[in-house]
Amino acid sequence: MSLPEIVFRVGGAAGDGVSSTAESFAKMCSRSGLHVWTYSSYQSVIRGGHVWTQVRGSPEPVLSHGTVPNVLVCLNQQTMDVHQGDILAGGAIVYDSDLVKPDPSRVAKGVRLLGMSLRKLAQTITPNAIVRNTVALGAAVRLYEIDFRHVESAFQDIWGDKKPEIVEQNVRAAKLGADAVDRAGGSLHLGVPFPEEPRYLMTGNEAVALGALAAGVRFHAQYPMTPASSILHWMAAHGPAHGVVVKQVEDELAAMNMAIGAGHAGVRSMVATSGGGFCLMVEAIGQAGMTETPLVAVVVQRGGPSTGLPTKTEQGDLNLVLGAGQGDWPRGILAPRHTQECFDLTAKAFNLAEVYQTPIVLLSDLYLGEGFRTVDKLDFNVPIVRGLTAADGGAIQGRFKRYAYTDSGVSPRAFPGTRGYQFVAATDEHMENGELISDVLAGLPEFVEERRKMHEKRMRKLVGLRKDMPPPELWGSANADLTLIHWGSTWGPAHEAILHVEEEDGVHVNSLEFPTLFPFHADETLRILKGVKRTLSIEGNYTGQFARLLRAETGYQPTFSFPKYDGEPFTWREIADKILEVVA
Amino acid sequence: MKLAFELETYKSEVKPTWCPGCGDFAVLNALQHALTELQLEPWNVLLVSGIGCSSNLPQFLSTYGFHAIHGRAVAVAEGAKLANPDLHVIVTGGDGDGYGIGVGHFIHAMRRNLDLTYIVMNNEIYGLTTGQASPTSEMGMKTKSTPIAGVIENPIDPIALALSSGATYVARAFSGDVKQMSELVAKGIEHHGFSLIDALSPCVTYNKINTYEFFRKRVYDLNKEGHDAGDLKAAFLKALEWPVVQRDRIPLGLFYRNDKVPTYEDLEPAYKKGNPVKQPLGVADADEILKEFL
Ligand SMILES: Cc1ncc(C[n+]2csc(CCOP(=O)(O)OP(=O)(O)O)c2C)c(N)n1
Ligand code: SF4
Repeated sequence: MSLPEIVFRVGGAAGDGVSSTAESFAKMCSRSGLHVWTYSSYQSVIRGGHVWTQVRGSPEPVLSHGTVPNVLVCLNQQTMDVHQGDILAGGAIVYDSDLVKPDPSRVAKGVRLLGMSLRKLAQTITPNAIVRNTVALGAAVRLYEIDFRHVESAFQDIWGDKKPEIVEQNVRAAKLGADAVDRAGGSLHLGVPFPEEPRYLMTGNEAVALGALAAGVRFHAQYPMTPASSILHWMAAHGPAHGVVVKQVEDELAAMNMAIGAGHAGVRSMVATSGGGFCLMVEAIGQAGMTETPLVAVVVQRGGPSTGLPTKTEQGDLNLVLGAGQGDWPRGILAPRHTQECFDLTAKAFNLAEVYQTPIVLLSDLYLGEGFRTVDKLDFNVPIVRGLTAADGGAIQGRFKRYAYTDSGVSPRAFPGTRGYQFVAATDEHMENGELISDVLAGLPEFVEERRKMHEKRMRKLVGLRKDMPPPELWGSANADLTLIHWGSTWGPAHEAILHVEEEDGVHVNSLEFPTLFPFHADETLRILKGVKRTLSIEGNYTGQFARLLRAETGYQPTFSFPKYDGEPFTWREIADKILEVVA
Repeated sequence: MKLAFELETYKSEVKPTWCPGCGDFAVLNALQHALTELQLEPWNVLLVSGIGCSSNLPQFLSTYGFHAIHGRAVAVAEGAKLANPDLHVIVTGGDGDGYGIGVGHFIHAMRRNLDLTYIVMNNEIYGLTTGQASPTSEMGMKTKSTPIAGVIENPIDPIALALSSGATYVARAFSGDVKQMSELVAKGIEHHGFSLIDALSPCVTYNKINTYEFFRKRVYDLNKEGHDAGDLKAAFLKALEWPVVQRDRIPLGLFYRNDKVPTYEDLEPAYKKGNPVKQPLGVADADEILKEFL
């Protein structure tokens, strides 16, 4: 928290190359050994609009995209108008002097205004000036004193294989930007130390895809929907080489039903979507619960309801996944807090799904799913546990008892193709051998009993599932005046806020967080809550969906709450301010 | 030569619950004959169905089965087939299930030309929900859900729909002729690609128009009349004979078959690694995968 760091913001219209500029810049930071965290704000338009990305890079671990930048690149006037007041003293604003004018009265004292004719400079390299944003990028690289070889290697990686001439053009463009900075007084001399030990940089969605691959996913079906689409993109590009069948299907109904078919056939299968797509999957997910078919469903939340805010973040779909499907069926809901956990919990979800033969939902969100963050090297040696299966070739009298009553609620599976174990998986209520009790038998006294027993068998899985799912964690000082309660991607900004208020304001705060949302760890949660004083529940939705679950499961009501539903992620500053407000 | 699998091998101990005389008995019978003729190992056959009287069928056979939710059988079957292309995956269900709620999946499965066999027990009514109109009900047909003016929508033409969607084996059978039906089913299972067998299967309880009698008076074997099943244009013309253009002559038999179109399985890049369900789990070259993130 004490070392100087990079907080870089670039903005323009969609089509100006904002996201590629930011991505390249993030890569240059991670290659120079910094910890990186990005956040992109964009709209659902292909051209126009106001798009900006913030890249934070620090020699120390970072927990959020930070607050105000020290370098701003404006590719259009709107960016200047919106952001010029944010820049820290000692920072700089790089802008296209042909298109953009700053209002010096709104810019803090000590901020350098670096107008350069981006278009004209770019035209000295290529007539269509397509490298305009790279000139600005080069300027930022020089302002922060990032080693120029990272610029070359980043471009080499992006275009090197296919178009070496593009690499060369972009390197020259970046040089022009850097030279312009040198002529205008040189770097900012922020003194950011660069460890020069490259770090892995990826999005939460990519980490989910990698976790699935490590766990042996062999079937992935998806229908595109922001912000989950990049899971499909990564899988489609890389899955087949590892034997994964990756399908963009006609709709989410198909995705879910196909994944159930694949799971029934014996492979590890997955779907990914956002809330609107999950609504369609809801029709079928109970079918996986009823037929006891393993399945992993990833829900990357965006602002709702309905199609809502396609490009904005929210934590508003907890009620949806908690209540998905008619009737009761055992489900597991996991919520990764950070990128590493996207990998870990996805891999774990496959084991839980197969061991308990039921769907496991991974609840992520746009902030986590689309943001680039650095992680330590991922360990692909994840444990793979496939659960109970029937042996090949054994003789069975009559039909195989696929749904045999067991204490754990888990009965051995048999995969189609296994000799002697033929059975019918039924989404109607059925007996131990899969035979229906729904039509002619329902209501007869012994089948009333049978239905009760079968239903209880399935629901018993929740006991084991709860034990095997990660418990709540209390993070931070043992004797805090206030305990934050939160889940999912709020983790980063919440932890950073805590570090700040402890260091700067001497306020002791800790944090209670829940990688498992269901089945709820009620006993464990109550035990922790007994030891805390006041609590502040922080959630990215209007009604406090998690707080309600907490109350339902434990009877506990948080002392304060801080909801957010404007589409923006929590910043650490907001949380810190709220903490100071409630402890005052 | 003694058969390894007799007809009995494919029967399960669960007895059908259909009304006496229901056309679906003939479909069950035809399917058992087809499986016997092909000598398919029961454990390598997966029958997938949706919901409806007809969709109960997998319960009555001793193969593997998946009795799915209403309208989604084709999607479930596609997932299973993609996961284990060595299985013989057969989908069975009703006209409501396949041509109503599930019509989207039906069309897309045909476009994919996945190697599936789909038998639709078409009784032109909703049986299980006690007699509402179906997407194949005739114009004017009075049902519980169309009591005043009768059906005022055109019926779906499954054969034309299948031909235009890319199915590579398209046939129509009738429960009054089990022999022809089992031949069409067996050939459909053998066919490498998506095969549709639209099986006219009277509902004796709720459909008082499309009875055995009704069909017996109108059906004829199009192949015996010299139709060339290799000719897509001729197949379209035959498809249009019933139910959309006229109602009096109903062609049965093989409308179209094309063995030259590559199946989905032939093109799927993941199969270079072999059958997905037989792949060892885990990743050997993690460093290679992680390189792009460094
Ligand atoms: C989503 C959903 N909607 C409605 C139903 C009720 N339902 C069950 S079977 C059926 C129609 C059956 O008709 P068809 O597929 O033609 O089969 P048949 O019973 O005639 O063989 C309906 C509407 C259901 N089970 N699920
Ligand atoms: S209601 Fe009709 S379709 Fe259903 S079993 Fe009876 S005859 Fe067959």
